[in-house]
Amino acid sequence: MAQVGNGTARPVLEVEGITKTFPGVVANDNVSLTLNQGEIHCLLGENGAGKSTLMNMVFGLYRPDSGTIRVRGEEVHFEDSGEAIARGIGMVHQHFQLIPVFSVAENIILGNEITKGAFLDLDTARRQVDALADRYGLAVDPDAIVGDLSVGEQQRVELVKALFRDADILILDEPTAVLTPGEVDDFFEVVESLTGQDKSIIFITHKLREVLAVADRITVLRAGQVVGTTTAETATQQSLANLMVGRDVVFRVEKAEPDPGKSVIRVEDLRVTDDRGVETVSGFDVEVRAGEIFGIAGVEGNGQRELVETICGMRPAIGGRVEMLGQDTTGWSPRKIHELGVAHVPENRSKHGVVAQYSIADNLVLNRYNHRKFSQRGVRNTAAINAEAKELVERFDVRTPGVEAAIHTLSGGNQQKVIVARELTGDLRALVVAQPTRGLDVGSIEFIHRKIIELRDQGVAVLLVSAELDEILSLSDRIGVLYRGRLAGTVEATEATREELGLLMATGAQS
Amino acid sequence: MNGVGNANAGVGRAASQVHRFLNEVWRLQPLYVSLYAILLSFVVGGVLISIIGVNPFTAYWALLRGMVGGGDQIAGSVARSVPFIGSALALAFAFRAGLFNIGAEGQLLAGGVTAAFVGALSWMSDLPGIVAIPLILIAGTMGGAIWGGIPGVLRAKTGAHEVISTIMLNSLVLFGVRWMVNSRDPVVLRDTDSTVPRTDPISETAVLPELVDSQPTLHVGLFALVGICFVVAFLLNRTTFGFEVGTVGLNPHASHYAGINVNRVIVASMAVSGSFAGLAAASEISGTNGFFQPGTFFLMGFDGIAIALLARTNPVAIIAAALLWGSMLSGAPLMQQEADVSIDVVRIIQAMVLLFVAADAIVRYLFRVRELDQSPFKATSIEGAV
Repeated sequence: MAQVGNGTARPVLEVEGITKTFPGVVANDNVSLTLNQGEIHCLLGENGAGKSTLMNMVFGLYRPDSGTIRVRGEEVHFEDSGEAIARGIGMVHQHFQLIPVFSVAENIILGNEITKGAFLDLDTARRQVDALADRYGLAVDPDAIVGDLSVGEQQRVELVKALFRDADILILDEPTAVLTPGEVDDFFEVVESLTGQDKSIIFITHKLREVLAVADRITVLRAGQVVGTTTAETATQQSLANLMVGRDVVFRVEKAEPDPGKSVIRVEDLRVTDDRGVETVSGFDVEVRAGEIFGIAGVEGNGQRELVETICGMRPAIGGRVEMLGQDTTGWSPRKIHELGVAHVPENRSKHGVVAQYSIADNLVLNRYNHRKFSQRGVRNTAAINAEAKELVERFDVRTPGVEAAIHTLSGGNQQKVIVARELTGDLRALVVAQPTRGLDVGSIEFIHRKIIELRDQGVAVLLVSAELDEILSLSDRIGVLYRGRLAGTVEATEATREELGLLMATGAQS
Repeated sequence: MNGVGNANAGVGRAASQVHRFLNEVWRLQPLYVSLYAILLSFVVGGVLISIIGVNPFTAYWALLRGMVGGGDQIAGSVARSVPFIGSALALAFAFRAGLFNIGAEGQLLAGGVTAAFVGALSWMSDLPGIVAIPLILIAGTMGGAIWGGIPGVLRAKTGAHEVISTIMLNSLVLFGVRWMVNSRDPVVLRDTDSTVPRTDPISETAVLPELVDSQPTLHVGLFALVGICFVVAFLLNRTTFGFEVGTVGLNPHASHYAGINVNRVIVASMAVSGSFAGLAAASEISGTNGFFQPGTFFLMGFDGIAIALLARTNPVAIIAAALLWGSMLSGAPLMQQEADVSIDVVRIIQAMVLLFVAADAIVRYLFRVRELDQSPFKATSIEGAV
């Protein structure tokens, strides 16, 4: 392909007037977008704005109702993703399509196997993978087993897989959602080196900081329509957020000075093992007082999950103790701890937070279904449950056609609002929240943050665990860093800096 | 090549016409696949019958008359179906809790032998029927509940999968009762006055009243088992316990998080599940046989799997599915007699029903039935949730 001089934009992908409707919903409404060669084009929008739908059409997974798609000037009508791949389009999905028990090389050639007679020619595959990895600076070991790789490495495998199929238009669907801050930086370097070699990239995200860091141009979608196209130079986080949400967004959460009372949660020398029996919490201490938010920062996998589950009674401790409201609650059942006035917003929304097939109403009473209000003599009071659900849906602004709809029909953000509504209701003394806004859009994040602060102001002790440093910084009154199962250091939120916390997260040592 | 293609298209068109008609007239959305699976199985069975040189319409006409051709046939068909309600209910209840209870076969035997043992106790004849009959039914129910509860406890305490442990428990009880009933030295449960291996006859007072003197006898057990279906429907859909069972079945992790004692629900569900098989067996011992013979409930537990799946685990639909199942078996002898088509053909049709229900993609494709719960949000919202 001929090299194009700087400044002359040559479109490799043109989407024009695309409309796609699903029963009852217009997912894309007359959407147009142009991707130029060597460009990083960010597709920004809230959950449910239609980003993935649009890209699934470009990748041949859906067919548009109307509108045209042109690849290098030629109109295309993909019947399936195979045809899109043949045209040089590659897509890295949010959830990797890799087989964990296969090696990197095997995964990369899967569906495109290099064979020698009836046998796989893995030597050639290995050489080709190495060559690709070298050329694009994507360090992957072709012989490593995918299941043993970190999430960041698996993502590189996905990229190499797309490049192996000669993709030069790459669609990356929320690629940073699963990465640690360090991995995100590495990833951006890779993406930029790719554009240096004539690859053109569509980057789907809802994280504003990333958009400004990496994008050349930005297209913002809202409710299936393009509401603006701009460049990274002229846009600001504020202007993008306002475009995305359609109103002014407050970033810095307004909150009063904390007024901490007596100790509510006290954890002493806690030791916990994970599912494989590896000790991931090893001697953790913390004290959270009424009316304060204690934020726990840390790279994921340093014991956060086990810590939270043990405090809430879901996982046994192998040593140490948990005390809540002056009582030793170590080894208590989740229900007993909940009855004490301890709410828990779980880290894993679909695994623990909701029963996907249940209605919104049933999910809203998932931990209170047996209370006298909702069940008399063992018979459920559906009228009371639905009345409560309607009230909560209203109060927490859950966007749904009705409380009897199955919860999996809601977007991730609205599902999370249902969980938050359920947990933040009732007579609370303590709140344990893990990754409360993961994968959510700006509007929902703002809403959930406000609710957490409201509870703090009412004297609830809040333990917040989050991988988002921004979230920890803007909500917490005190911040602890979890490093290899221990509290590596505690700082007052007013004195904390990103740099100091980042260092603690990476090394466990204070500067 | 072309001819086959045209024929295929024709069948497909006809099938989707059928679907449109049912859709507009009856609104049977959740049971479409089951209805079409039955239809399809009879069509394939008809092809089979014509291959062996019999007019399938003649055969099916005889089958139909054997099933519902007169009062006696209808009563016999219903009587044959009654125990299937219990074994299917056992499967359906466990399914709701996310458990695959392959052990209904064994739970029937455990319930049946317990009922026969209690029914033959010497003091039973001193009791009035109003006491003796509930007693024998409760004894059978308990026998099934215990035999079902054991794999539940094993699952909860050791993580042993219930599919494996129920299969093992099936063998245990199958050969256990066979020995107990066969053995003459020592005599365990064998009626030594009888030439065939069976238990002592139960007391007259413990016999369920007869409704129709059909073949087999239609007795009051019908009301017990049909009644239980409605009780279970209420239990699953309206009670707190039913909510716990359903929650554990759909998402045990979320159940644990929400404070439900998952292990207790598993044990309780397996015991309740086994109790339905036990009740079915007791009602047969009391109302039909009057004693226990090792082969009595042969395949009844496994047929329960098919019936429960055919009814999509809906307790009320189980009544209809069990009726169909039992009547087909009850009508088959007339088909054999008149059309000279083996009873096994009915068994083959039944096996195909199960196959088509399990592999529902075939039926959905042929009849153009869309997957339930199809929502454009499904893919994206669940992705966003991880």
